Amino acid sequence: MTSSSPRRLGPIALAALALWIGLLALISYWMAAQSYHWLPVQASNAAPLVDGLFSFETGLGTFVFLGVISVIAWVVLRHRAEKYDQSDAEPIEGNTKLEVIWTVIPLVIVMGIAVYAMRINHQLGVLGPMEHIHPHNAIEAQGGYPGDQLPPESIEVIARQWSWEFRYPGAHVSSTELHLPVDQPVTFRLTSEDVLHGFYIPAFRLKQDVIPGKAIDFSLTPTREGRYRLRDSQFSGTWFAANQADVVVETAEDYQAWLTQAASLPLQDGLSDAVGEYRERQTQVHPGWATVRPAPPPQVNVPGSNTLPHDA
Amino acid sequence: MTSTIPLSGPEENQSWTRYFGFNTDAKVIGIQYIVVAFFFFLIGGFLAMIIRGELITPASDLVDRTVYNGLYTMHGTIMLFLFIFPVLNGLNNLLIPTMIGAPDMAFPRLNAVAFWLVPIFGSLLIASFFVPGGPAYSGWWSYPPVSIQNPLGNLISGQGLWLVAVALSGVSSIMAAVNFVTTILRMRAPGMRIFRMPVFCWTALAAQSLQLIGLPALTGGAVMLLLDLTAGTSFYRPEGGGDPVLYQHFFWFYSHPAVYVIILPVFGIFSELFPVYSRKPLFGYVYVALASFIIVGLGLVVWVHHFFPSGVPEWMRNLFMFTTMLIAVPTGVKVFAWLGTIWRGKLQLTTPMLFCLGGLINFVFAGITGIMLATVPIDIHVNNTYFVVGHFHYVIYGAAVMGIFAAIYHWFPKFTGRMPYEGLGKLHCLLTFVGANLNFLPMHPLGLMGMPRRVSSYDPEFAFWNVLASLGAFLLGVSIIPFLLNMISSWARGPRATHNPWNAIGLEWLLPSPPPEDNFGDHVPTVISRPYGYGLGEPLVEHQAEIEKALTLAEATR
Repeated sequence: MTSSSPRRLGPIALAALALWIGLLALISYWMAAQSYHWLPVQASNAAPLVDGLFSFETGLGTFVFLGVISVIAWVVLRHRAEKYDQSDAEPIEGNTKLEVIWTVIPLVIVMGIAVYAMRINHQLGVLGPMEHIHPHNAIEAQGGYPGDQLPPESIEVIARQWSWEFRYPGAHVSSTELHLPVDQPVTFRLTSEDVLHGFYIPAFRLKQDVIPGKAIDFSLTPTREGRYRLRDSQFSGTWFAANQADVVVETAEDYQAWLTQAASLPLQDGLSDAVGEYRERQTQVHPGWATVRPAPPPQVNVPGSNTLPHDA
Repeated sequence: MTSTIPLSGPEENQSWTRYFGFNTDAKVIGIQYIVVAFFFFLIGGFLAMIIRGELITPASDLVDRTVYNGLYTMHGTIMLFLFIFPVLNGLNNLLIPTMIGAPDMAFPRLNAVAFWLVPIFGSLLIASFFVPGGPAYSGWWSYPPVSIQNPLGNLISGQGLWLVAVALSGVSSIMAAVNFVTTILRMRAPGMRIFRMPVFCWTALAAQSLQLIGLPALTGGAVMLLLDLTAGTSFYRPEGGGDPVLYQHFFWFYSHPAVYVIILPVFGIFSELFPVYSRKPLFGYVYVALASFIIVGLGLVVWVHHFFPSGVPEWMRNLFMFTTMLIAVPTGVKVFAWLGTIWRGKLQLTTPMLFCLGGLINFVFAGITGIMLATVPIDIHVNNTYFVVGHFHYVIYGAAVMGIFAAIYHWFPKFTGRMPYEGLGKLHCLLTFVGANLNFLPMHPLGLMGMPRRVSSYDPEFAFWNVLASLGAFLLGVSIIPFLLNMISSWARGPRATHNPWNAIGLEWLLPSPPPEDNFGDHVPTVISRPYGYGLGEPLVEHQAEIEKALTLAEATR
């Protein structure tokens, strides 16, 4: 964009322009480095790939943005009409060479980004198939543990209005807090009993809509121990915002210990903030507009918590 | 009140009451559209204030969650279907006939019917606040199954009224689009070949073609949703074998091109105004004009990028990422052409020019976040988060609404015969630019951190940026005050405008301010050169000097 400068450039002007472009490049590089801090901690093996791509585009975008701003600022500061000057400027109607240049360069840049992104898509696919859609199996939907159909490390995720239930078919455990072993690939089978939901864990940089009537296989590998948020990312009605669960990534031993201990616990009410708020709302005279009644809390071995401090 | 005046009739009906009845003059309809649109803009803006009031604290503590969901749904619906589309159709009505030298639109009665549908479906939508259970609450996308849950089970529900209103809006838009396309193609002044047409008309033609191609898909999709809601069919209902993702295809097949229906005329406004206030021809006129149609073609094949994390296979993700990336090219061409236009110009920083420059800066920012969103792995992370909300508010408020304000200030003297006040205009511009950036910039870090959109409460770590965004929203609310003051006071008693106060080139500036009902009547000038001939010294039309002399003489003796 700075290439639209006048043809006759003295050596000092050229040096100043080069210096300015260098400065913009430096700022862009700094912004690209900064961009990692705008994102949550990296807790899956997808996160560094996504963040790298984002950082690259932040740097490039900063350069383009500052370039355009520089041109506008220069024009506003230097090419303003004198007061009461109503005359026209030199009529430049276009420049075919310039127009070709500013078509080809953006074309090359965006196609480059797309190819880079496609390769990352492919890598994410290799790390775990991003999605496999199955026709919904009615028996699975009715509950029970379809352990014989799933790989042993597979976890069933059932989204409802408004709670998240996690079933570990191999261990015969169910919970409203998701526990995962660190550095091990894990496969989820995502189902919904009512409406669309979004299975979104920002620290993992991964998201998949949960679609009623379908079972979607979704894989990822957590890489950092800690407590993270799982948020519903596809609007699901009244208590959409409260439809959150915690994800605990722990060592393989802790994970096994948790599973063993959980299996011994009796079934009890799982977490559902919506159920509590709905009960409270029923006592009000003018509670607001109509709402779907929340599904009863899932019966689980471990309710867990969604109020502890989380890393992201 | 409801007198239908015969076309180019001899008697002048300049009474202000014509604005309140069924009138077939495109210039009256244009102002009717714009005034009605700003009435709904105030309602939509008020809802935004409540939304930002709720989000200034993490807890859901200002309104009930059901109310919040209804308010954000109605905010989006009102702003799109009752503000931005009508205000743009208002500009189309004012500008297309006068820019191409037509006496009126091709079908004046159809034009008036299209307009009068707006207050009708607008009232229907507002009425949904008062039905039992409240208005629609499933977002302006109305994705099933949430949108067909109908908690009270009544036949008449907020969601049902919403669907009828949106379908009527589609009917109105199709009527208007037929009219604009016909008018542009068939009613141009002698000598105005297609490559002598102002870019605003090019972009209007492109945008209205998109309406004609896309709207039937939305209307069909909405009718099926209405049937699912009221008649118990299962087009999208999973338990009946329907597919909820199918609706997303119908919806975005239109609603992505709808974004271009909004932004293309704004590109047209930028292309008209930068030459006037830089005193230079538009840089690369032919390329800028054609780029609009490249955008139309590509805009029709990108819709899946709205739901990459849905049940969409990998090949679709990659394909639609490529098409989306390609749109950056014709859009970039336009941005560079505007920079080429202002470069080495003689800039006059009037209110319309300041709005254009501010809008351009915001648009470039939105373009960069748009590229990020097109990139599938990044989109997977930020899809349905505040990053997207920030991005499209930069496009729609930061660029489109600022461009619309620029157009209003620029063409206000032409159609009211009065000059707007510069001081109030510049204050309005400053407050809008600062308010919009303070409101929408913080949404980007929020989205990157993982705050989903449409939430009525959020985790405390998001509080800081939300407070800033809310303050920005309230500042935007304040920014409307100088605008309204300016419009009302300058229309009532502003200085009288000459036929060409900005010294601009274009057929509309060869008409008196305000123009007579039939514009040029029987004396349509013959166009002999391209638009934007600033500094070239060539007249735009035959006998231009005589026409201008007569206009100046008439102004001196009024």
